Amino acid sequence: MNAIEFVLAGMLAAATPFLLAALGELVAERTGVLNLGVEGMMALGAAIGFIVVYNGGGHFAGFIAAGISAAMLSLLFAFVAIGLQANQVAAGLAIGILGQGLSALFGKSYESLTIRGIPKIEIPGLSDLPLVGGLFTQDIVVWLSLLATLGVWFVFARTKTGLILRAAGENPKATHSIGYPIILIRVCAVALGGAMAGFAGAYASTVYTPLWADGMIAGRGWIAIALVVFGTWLTGRIFLGACLFGAVSLAGLAAQTTGVELPSQLLASLPYLVTIIVLGIISSNRRLLKLNGVASLGEPYKP
Amino acid sequence: MSWLASMFGFRLVRRERASLMMTALAPVVALVAATILNLALYLIMGKNPVGVFYAMLLEPFLSWYGFSEVLLKMGPLLLVAQGLAIGFRAKIFNIGAEGQFILGAIFASAIPVMYPEATGVWIWPAMLLLGAVGGALWASITAFWRARLNANEILVSLMLSLVAAQLLNYLLLGPWKDPAGFNFPQTVMFQYDAMLPILFEGTRVNISLLFGLFFSVLAFIFMQRSFQGYKLEVGGLAPAAARYAGFSESRTIWLSLLIGGLAAGFAGAAEVAGPIGQLQRSISTGYGYAGIIVAYLGGLHPIGIVFASFVMAVLYIGGDNAMVSADLPIAAVRVFQGSILLCYLIAFTFVRYRLEWVDQLKRGEA
Repeated sequence: MNAIEFVLAGMLAAATPFLLAALGELVAERTGVLNLGVEGMMALGAAIGFIVVYNGGGHFAGFIAAGISAAMLSLLFAFVAIGLQANQVAAGLAIGILGQGLSALFGKSYESLTIRGIPKIEIPGLSDLPLVGGLFTQDIVVWLSLLATLGVWFVFARTKTGLILRAAGENPKATHSIGYPIILIRVCAVALGGAMAGFAGAYASTVYTPLWADGMIAGRGWIAIALVVFGTWLTGRIFLGACLFGAVSLAGLAAQTTGVELPSQLLASLPYLVTIIVLGIISSNRRLLKLNGVASLGEPYKP
Repeated sequence: MSWLASMFGFRLVRRERASLMMTALAPVVALVAATILNLALYLIMGKNPVGVFYAMLLEPFLSWYGFSEVLLKMGPLLLVAQGLAIGFRAKIFNIGAEGQFILGAIFASAIPVMYPEATGVWIWPAMLLLGAVGGALWASITAFWRARLNANEILVSLMLSLVAAQLLNYLLLGPWKDPAGFNFPQTVMFQYDAMLPILFEGTRVNISLLFGLFFSVLAFIFMQRSFQGYKLEVGGLAPAAARYAGFSESRTIWLSLLIGGLAAGFAGAAEVAGPIGQLQRSISTGYGYAGIIVAYLGGLHPIGIVFASFVMAVLYIGGDNAMVSADLPIAAVRVFQGSILLCYLIAFTFVRYRLEWVDQLKRGEA
């Protein structure tokens, strides 16, 4: 298998944790809430998901448990940041630290244990194609997250629900005055974002690399938040961004196998360096950010 | 807040002015609440909460050596938090102090690693200076990205922390590895002149605590008494007003990040030149992230931060004790840190707002 085939085949799976978490954060941010606790919610989801699967609960139950636990953590954030109108940055950081701590606490006795992942599904015909065949051989979660991407795009672009969600983030006062409950909308969006981050964490720990280690999320939650900015709050661009990060994290591995002499630490920091560079490029176009950005992002709504 | 009214029969009403007493009380209440919550968690985990409480919150006060270790931890926390708080008040959220701390440690280590035989009284002061420069340089990347490229400083500074950790690994496994160190990822032990003077004989407390306290005084003067500090604060509270008054936003960004990076880098340098005495992987046990919590718990006020850093230092030392004597994983300290900040944010709501009971009959209007 050459390097291009390798990257193409693995890109979507590597992108999935970024994608799921970023989609969840997108929904929350579109309603005006900046939740910086994604890293912690992902870590908790990864720990809970792994524990359930390891103890014989199966992957489906593992994902559900991960989603619920991360959603509960995000509801704690919602209570403090939305309900009590506390500083969203500080509340998000607190949730992040708490989630990482809880994941390490719960996962302590599972350190370095491994489980079995889930099989990949081949699409007859397409999976046999040369070069791109690997692209069509993916596990069920990858396919579902592609569906979720389409679903999020469809809701925001084509439905009234999407319009109301966006209105809550653009002009909460006006939205409230025509009768929509801003607090409830935002709490639900944050809970959904939490569940998605939990799924993302469970994918990382039970499917992508089926093992548990403290700190295994390794900044992926933060990259997911950055992805929402990269994608300028547009679903399709967030998907492309996630693929870019999937490819970048694989390119490091591919470079090593082809014998390129680079320190492994440089390859490990590649996703972070790419995040910094892309963030600089996208953000310097202020018009682009203003055009698609969320007007009241990060501001508590005071009824 | 109609949801509070409809669910619980009360609502929050903004206070016209927050009382000083309540502002000072909020962190205390938060600490008590977080302690109770965490002890309950240990109970659920099957640990003896009394034993944990004793090890975590009493033992650090029961011996002079234990207490001196608290003072030792307080130094870096104080420096990091004071630097961050200045930025936070200006709404510049530098959360990458961890990376700036690591760069400070790396820069400071350059002298003893490259000149291991050098002697002279200038060595440790030069290391501290170099460390501060290193931290400030690392922070200046974030400042440039924010001021010139308009990029979010939270994300950039955090990513840079992750890069800094990899850079440290690279140096320790590659060019700076101690050749006689049995392949451990660490540098040579530093020479005597590269070490900070000890403050109290028989303990590890060094003069970095004094620098921390001195920096706190400077931060107090800067934020409370200087015009530049006032401009930073206005920029945070009312950006539009600050722009109207002609206060430069980019100057605020640079100043906030450089001060934060300088202080964190200095703390990193003091850590390798102090209790550790070499560059190794575990130079920072999360000081950069704990500093964020200390800054908020201290109400972003220089005096409050002195008390908050003491509390956090107790928690660090107590956590170590609990790990040994009560078999508690070290992650429990992180959980405690996270819950303190959450409890503080909740408690702080009641500094800004008061509860008002909604009359049953009027509830419909609420």
